[in-house]
This record gives sequence, structure tokens and C-alpha cells, in this order.
Amino acid sequence: MNEMIPPTAAPTKRDTLLEVRNLKKYFPIRGGVLSRVVTNVKAVDDVSFSIGRGEVVGLVGESGSGKTTVGRTVLRLGEPTSGTIDFDGADIAKLSKPEMRRYRKRMQIVFQDPYASLNPREKIRTVLGHALAVHNIGTPAEREDRIVALLQQVGLSGDYLDRFPHEFSGGQRQRIGIARALAVEPDFIVADEPVSALDVSIQAQVVNLLDDLRAKFNLTMLFIAHDLAVVEHISDRVIVMYLGRIMEIAPTRTLYRAPNHPYTKALLSAVPNPDITQRKDRIILKGDIPSPINPPSGCVFRTRCPMAIPECAKVVPPLVEVSPGQFSACIRTAPPPGSFVPVSTL
Amino acid sequence: MSQVLSSQPPLLEVDDLQTSFIVGEGQDVRAVDGVSFTVKAGETLAIVGESGSGKSVTSLSIMRLLPKKIGRISRGTIRLRGKDLVSLSDREMRAIRGNDIGMIFQEPMTSLNPVHTIGTQIAEVVMQHDKLSKADAHKRAVQMLELVGIPEPAKRATQYPHEMSGGMRQRAMIAMSLACEPSVLIADEPTTALDVTIQAQILDLMRNLQQKMGMAIVFITHDLGVVAEMADRVVVMYAGQVVETGTVEEIFTKPLMPYTSGLMQSIPRMGESEEKQRLQTIPGYVPLLTKLPGGCRFRTRCAFAQERCAAAEPPLEVLDSGRSVRCVRWRELDLKTKATAP
Repeated sequence: MNEMIPPTAAPTKRDTLLEVRNLKKYFPIRGGVLSRVVTNVKAVDDVSFSIGRGEVVGLVGESGSGKTTVGRTVLRLGEPTSGTIDFDGADIAKLSKPEMRRYRKRMQIVFQDPYASLNPREKIRTVLGHALAVHNIGTPAEREDRIVALLQQVGLSGDYLDRFPHEFSGGQRQRIGIARALAVEPDFIVADEPVSALDVSIQAQVVNLLDDLRAKFNLTMLFIAHDLAVVEHISDRVIVMYLGRIMEIAPTRTLYRAPNHPYTKALLSAVPNPDITQRKDRIILKGDIPSPINPPSGCVFRTRCPMAIPECAKVVPPLVEVSPGQFSACIRTAPPPGSFVPVSTL
Repeated sequence: MSQVLSSQPPLLEVDDLQTSFIVGEGQDVRAVDGVSFTVKAGETLAIVGESGSGKSVTSLSIMRLLPKKIGRISRGTIRLRGKDLVSLSDREMRAIRGNDIGMIFQEPMTSLNPVHTIGTQIAEVVMQHDKLSKADAHKRAVQMLELVGIPEPAKRATQYPHEMSGGMRQRAMIAMSLACEPSVLIADEPTTALDVTIQAQILDLMRNLQQKMGMAIVFITHDLGVVAEMADRVVVMYAGQVVETGTVEEIFTKPLMPYTSGLMQSIPRMGESEEKQRLQTIPGYVPLLTKLPGGCRFRTRCAFAQERCAAAEPPLEVLDSGRSVRCVRWRELDLKTKATAP
């Protein structure tokens, strides 16, 4: 589907750190006495995008959209079924496990539930110390100083070294999760729903912290979330996924002001608006997300799309550039390829 | 809407409710500490607060579903049409639950029985309420599923909860809680676990059903966007207490309590600014109930705190307009709802 997009510079004109091409991740479903693969869950189905150095790209979608699988697969926490993952010039999708080690230090993840991702029996000193020891960073004495500095960077006191995860609140635990990711001085961070489990007042603290750290260390980030408002506050560009495919990619402002894809429009309009002085017309989608085991033919969104026509069942719509840097996969709203002269790539 | 409502007597009146939990040897904490509010028929009252504010314990207290050994209502009254629920026997309370007060929880899986079909579960509720035959109760169950917008209701009635998606299960639970046409529906974070497009469906459904059936809704949530869309009146809770009440317009356009204003400012808003906007935050964390600061419970996080805020716990002041606020400085403060000037 990506043949029509020339493989040239990234839209942000920065140099590219991560370039994902035609990524697929299928989970086999086995059945019968011989446990043969009877079918596949197409969690990620032909996804291409790139992230510039120092850029924050938001990845939004509902449950079952494949957003978390994309995040894990680009870090090689799961093996891709096919496709390339070009990280700083090397296709890490093809690297062996030992070869991958070298890259692990450069790419880290922050999880949604900091409690589930911190060992409850380990003191903070140990949690953060591991990260440094695994990658042979510093002598034990230097590590201690480094850990204190890390805690301070995420807004925690160095006195917390000997505390256990349960002694912290949710927001503090997420700060520890961030400190752990930062410990090895990565270039690239996947933040998978990092603030979804937090209260509003704490969520704002953590979003601001991530934004500060990003600026301070020139981090590149893939920020995965279902909360569109949070994503807008931290991202330079946003990718919208539905049922394993990308529906739209656009610079943040464009996406929120002038969304092109009917799914993006519905998703934005579904977000409850805290401003009671503005009432908006809501697009209420019918039904649920179909099963990724047996996705609809053609456009995967067509079964819930208010604009669907019979043609939508026939072909998988390609991502077409509809305005500078804005790509949309819809035969109804995006002009046919060629009518707008593409100026950039995904 | 508010003018029509103001002439009616309240349906549910919670007065000075105090709910205590045993947390250690001989140590009690008041998870809910002197909470009062009323709801009228056809009205939606939102109780807003972050974790630990006591909003869910308030709803469990009304339903008398507190964990028996450790939690109890230690003071106050909960009146439904004038009748106090706190003094009812367990048996009498069971008759109220489902019949007069329905409840929807955040995670429908925890309140649906996994080993019975959806149809059977709803029919059971119906039979407890009306003297209907099994067949008629089942028909009613199918009607209820249809009412909440479940496609192929007859087929769905024969399915088990695990065969349904999250949104479907939430609809099924709404169908079950409304099967007996309760006059009060308590919805505790009913859409928090759902995707936004499904949330929009469920909120739309609740509004329509309220118009059709005229029930009072107590909507418990931490999501101010949902509050703005659903509520007529709002109760803001912090550390077990009510800190502010008012109509949805009053709360969202002119908050009087710094905590409410802080919450408003920390919500990320969509499509409002040209540039990436920094979010406003409330510093610090919600205090533990065992370690409450003396005086105003919010003062340790409040940008406007003064010495006198520590001196005594501020009372909840009721203003002429009917709204109330717990802050000694509210008259002097001009609080914002948004981080930036409009």
C-alpha cells in the first residue's frame, strides 16, 4: 500500500531516528489436535511511519487498535511478522538477540501501570541499580550518585532510595518508572499509556515532567495513549490507528483542527468536552470494533463509518497526503493519489 | 431544567453521612466525613473527585454495600422519599436495592454472574420485583436489552457475559439495573473502562433513558469532561469531604474553591491553542486519610493557603444561591477555570 509514497525525507525535516516500513505483527491462533495455526490475529497490519530525532509522535487508538503492539514491536519486545524497523540506520527487525543488546540501551519503555512493572520486593536503589548494572554503566559507587541524580531529575527526593514501591503513590511510582527508563540515557522512549492510571491532577504533573525531560535530553518519543487530549499536549505529530492499521497521520495541530479521516473525526467528537460554553455536534459511532481475527475487507473502519459506500469494501485505502504532512487512508475524504502533489513522506 | 426541578421535593437526601473504616488496631478512618447532598427525580448529580476522595464509598454507603467487617456508616441519614435507609434491616434494604435504587459499576464483569446467561440474570431481577412468570420475565429481559440498544436482543439474552464486548456488557448491566425501573440510578464510573466511542454511546443512552424514565442519576466520576456533559448539579469531594457544590454552570464557569479550579486547569483540553501548551498542575498528592493535615485538608497543595487555613477546618459555607464552598478565602479569590486567558 505504500508504493505511492516516495521514500524521501521525513515531514518534520529533521533527520529520522526511527523508520518503520510495512510492519506486520500477527499472533497465530492454534487449534485442533495438532495445534496447527488455524488463523491469525492481525494486531498490526502493514504499518509505516517514521519519527524524527527529538520528535514526539503520539499514537492513539481504541482497545484492539494495535497501538501497544506497535510500541512493543518497534522495541523488539515482540518479533515482527514482517517489515523493517530502521533505527538510526540499522534494520533492528533483522538483528539477532545478542546484536540487539547494543540497541536495548538506546531504547526504553515506560509502562502504564508502574506498580505492575516494579518488583515489589526491591528497594528503589535496587530497581534503578539493575538498569545501570545490566548495561555496565559506572562503578557501584558511581551508580549510587547516578541513582540519586535520576530521582531528583524526576522530582523525587534522594531519600527515597531505600523505600519499596508500595510506599509510593501512583504518580510517584510512575516517576520511578520514568527514572528507570532514563537511567541508561536512551535516545528513544516508548511511553505506553504512561498517565492513564493516574488522577487528573497527577497526570498533568507527569505529562509536564515527560515534556521537560524530552527537551532536556533531546529524547525521541512514541507516546501511546487513548486519551486524545493528553496526546495533543505532548506530541508534534499524531498517528491514529484502528484495527491494526493507520487511518491518519498528521502534524498535531492539523489533526485536531482539520482531521481528514472519518474515524479521526468520530474519535475527536466522542471526547467529552469540559467546556460547557461550547456544545458540539457529536458523531456517535454504531457498534463495536470488529474482531482483528476476521477484520472487514477493504477499509477496516467501513462497518462503523457513517460515510461508507460499497467501494470501501473492495480495496484497502492507501495513506494519501491531503495537506502538507497530513496523510489519510480514506477513499471518501482523501483525494485520489496524484491530485495533491506529495511534498513529504510518512 | 433547574427551574422545573426546584419545585419538586428531593428524592434522595444524604445528610451528614459519615462512613468509617477500621484500618488498624482500634484505628478508624472516616472515608466519608459529613457528606450531604440531595437529588431530585429527572436530575443528574455528579460527584467528582480523585482517588481517595470518598466518592465511591459514598455510593456504596447509599447502597449499603460496605464491606461488613471493616466498614460502617457511623453517622448521618440517607433518606429515600423521606424513609431512612441507614436504619433498615438487611432484608428491607435488599428490597430497596434493584427496586428503588439501581447501580452500575465501572467494571460490569464484577457485577454480572459469569455462569448465567444475560437473559437469565435480568429475568431474575425482574421476578424479584414483579410477580411475573419465568417466560414473561424473560420476555421483559429481552425488551430491556432492546431498550439499551443491544442488537439482536433475543440472541444476546442467551449469551454469557464473557461472550460480550466491554461496551455490550456495560449495556447489559444498565439493562439489568433499569429492569425494575428504579427511581434512583447510581452510576459509579460507568464509562471509565470503555473506549471513547463506546463511552459516547453509553452516555447518550443514559441521557435518553433518563428522559424516558425520569429517574434521578447520581453519577460518580473523576472525568470532568463527562461531568460537563451529563450533570445538572455537581458535588466536588476531596479527602472524604464535600469541598464545593453548585450547578454545572456555576462549577465550570466560576469555581470558588481552589481545588475545583486546580482540577479544571489540570484537564488537558483539545484544540484550544496554537502551540503545545504546558498543563497546569496541582502540586503534591492527595493526603492519606490517616495523615490528614490539620485545618483545611487541601491546604498543603493549595496555591492560596495562608496561616489561617491551618488554624481550623473550614466549614462548608452555604451561599444564598444554594451552592456551597469549603474555603475561608473564597470571597477574596478570583479563580480561573483555564490555564490561559480566553
